[in-house]
Amino acid sequence: MLVPRVIPCLLFKDSALVKTIKFKNGNYIGDPINTIRIFNNLEVDELIFLDITATKKNKKPPFDVISQVTSECFMPLTYGGGVRSIEDMKKIFSLGVEKIVIGSYAVENPSFIKEISKLFGSQSIIVSIDVKKDYSGKSKIYINNGTKPTERTPVEFAIQVEQMGAGEIFLNSIDKDGMMEGYDTGLIKTVSGTISIPLIACGGAGTIENLGTAVKAGASAAAAGSIFVYQNKNRSVLINFPSRDELANIFMI
Amino acid sequence: MIVIIDYGMGNLSSIQNMLKKISVKSIISSNISVIKNADKLILPGVGSFDNGMGNLQKMSLISVLNKKVLIDKTLILGICLGMQLISKRSEEGRLPGLGWIEAEAVKFKFDNNHANLKIPHIGWNTIKIKKDCLLFKDMEENARFYFVHSYHLICTRGEDIAAMTDYGYEFPSIIQKENIFGVQFHPEKSHKFGKQLLKNFVEILC
Repeated sequence: MLVPRVIPCLLFKDSALVKTIKFKNGNYIGDPINTIRIFNNLEVDELIFLDITATKKNKKPPFDVISQVTSECFMPLTYGGGVRSIEDMKKIFSLGVEKIVIGSYAVENPSFIKEISKLFGSQSIIVSIDVKKDYSGKSKIYINNGTKPTERTPVEFAIQVEQMGAGEIFLNSIDKDGMMEGYDTGLIKTVSGTISIPLIACGGAGTIENLGTAVKAGASAAAAGSIFVYQNKNRSVLINFPSRDELANIFMI
Repeated sequence: MIVIIDYGMGNLSSIQNMLKKISVKSIISSNISVIKNADKLILPGVGSFDNGMGNLQKMSLISVLNKKVLIDKTLILGICLGMQLISKRSEEGRLPGLGWIEAEAVKFKFDNNHANLKIPHIGWNTIKIKKDCLLFKDMEENARFYFVHSYHLICTRGEDIAAMTDYGYEFPSIIQKENIFGVQFHPEKSHKFGKQLLKNFVEILC
């Protein structure tokens, strides 16, 4: 029986882990290696580790940090941030990372997805889609860590990258990020309904029950930041993860 | 020494990291003489079938592997794509597989009752044990393992199947024929369950 995956999403910025609100104001969470050691001991399903400044600052992925992370990580690890070449991807995979997230560069150069999914296999390629609603309520894709709007919309872009060979879609709601008020279930429903590859939903979880809501809306996996690094909505830092029983309850298995 | 075969197909250090955790020395290598002298072999692999077979061919590893596995009877563990490569062929590619077991890799195909299931099969899933196998020593009953794959094996001989996993239907998730072992999931990414399985493989007496 396949249990829906629950994935802590960790944001790396200038050598520390932070948690953002609407992709802004990174609040200090802690040292990445210590935090990952704790998540490993909690036997989390999977981890997503994103360098949120690499693309914006035009930096390479932090290979040394990735290498330290993988030596503490006995669960699947996804890396994202600043990845724009096959060479960098080879290096990241060789360090022990399973999957790589391509975000901004997938929007700029969708055919890159075709090339890398052929080379590395679709299962190792995740395309992230960061979505923000404009004044009229229309969902648009933003790149460069939510700072640069594009004319692409999540549904047509998800279809395109699926055709190009993406293995999963990592769907982020910028409006919901860090708000801890629940996922954008409408967005999840719309996008997951049009693709046949798995969708990882992220942005907005405030309780572990919300994770179930995301899956009910069509997500194959529920990712979250705040609830796994904060004790509660007062946002005092506490690394945590629900027990298997709690998860079974949420997903009613 | 355990040799993790490096043929340019991903996730090698994660296997070595897990072996380090259980204090087992291993070496990542594509060197023919290193492979010749290995006590045990691990054939990992992430990627497409033809890339995998093509790389083994390009690096002239096929004949040394055939000799080690089929004649010297060295224990080998194929992981994920590595498990599929030891079959005869795959729907995913045109190149023949290593052909060590009577099996072929096919893509997941679901009937109407399971049409909502996504491909790849990604996530933690359980196994149903089909026969005694040394890999199961001290394995917890609710053991779960991490899977990521779009293709799975079908075995001609039922006795080669050690465990099945259910995703829309049952497929072989662990195979074993004499000295040849294969797992469809990633033990190196499956917490204590994968650690136990790798430990069991390491501890099998040759």
